[in-house]
Amino acid sequence: MKISLTRRYRFSASHRLYNPGLSDSENQRLYGKCSNPYGHGHNYVAEITLSGPVDPATGMIANLGELDPFVEREVIEAFDHKYLNEDAPEFRRLVPTTENLVREIYRRVRHFPSARLEHVRIEETSKNSFEYAGEAGEDRES
Amino acid sequence: MIRITRKMEFSAAHFYHNPNFSAEENRRVFGKCNNPHGHGHNYVLEVTVAGEPDPETGMVLDLKELKEILQREVTNRMDHRHLNYEVPELAGKIPTCENIAATIWQLLAPKITKGRLDRVRLYESPDLFADCTAESTNDAGGQT
Repeated sequence: MKISLTRRYRFSASHRLYNPGLSDSENQRLYGKCSNPYGHGHNYVAEITLSGPVDPATGMIANLGELDPFVEREVIEAFDHKYLNEDAPEFRRLVPTTENLVREIYRRVRHFPSARLEHVRIEETSKNSFEYAGEAGEDRES
Repeated sequence: MIRITRKMEFSAAHFYHNPNFSAEENRRVFGKCNNPHGHGHNYVLEVTVAGEPDPETGMVLDLKELKEILQREVTNRMDHRHLNYEVPELAGKIPTCENIAATIWQLLAPKITKGRLDRVRLYESPDLFADCTAESTNDAGGQT
């Protein structure tokens, strides 16, 4: 039997799906209303799933007293109430789709020291979600 | 292979305290979860059983039967109880979401005789849950 712990976090941000290498009409064709010039926003939910031995002294895979401030610092402060295209440096040259966002959040959270990151799942709206578990053979500790 | 899931809820009290820690260390590690009179949650339990449908009944396991197993093994033990004091299976363990989920797995695995226990998901709140999952086809029926 394998055991994991999942914590859900919320943040709100705006974005615009726009590839500067394409014309405006191509962007409009590709991304539709998601490419409207002033951007739009979502209430994102980020699910962080960790695994590892349950510490007999605490009964925990990860102490939320450590995980919550880590995620707050690494993820929430970076993205909450921000315009992803401009306010998050990684999206100045990367289209802030939720596919790219889930990989970026995975990259930020995998350094959490006291448990193994299994996957990150993001709900962009209540109707769609995106999940990333790293690449096969990737060193999660790097 | 088909997976079927039954959801149920129970409400219980708990607190976190390790008798080997000093009062200060308990406070530092467990924070408000260490408050000595405890606090409570509405736990939501999702139990998933995997298997092939019986050709006679079309069912992996009758959900009514699964409900009765969950009531007998989980609700009757834990609902409206203090998990630190009233559940012998948790004695000596800190009743975290991880430990409660693992204990529920141990209680249920030998009782699921049609299909096999595939996953126990326990929500302590809508934003926090633990999953116990079978690691292989042999990892059920009390084999853990």
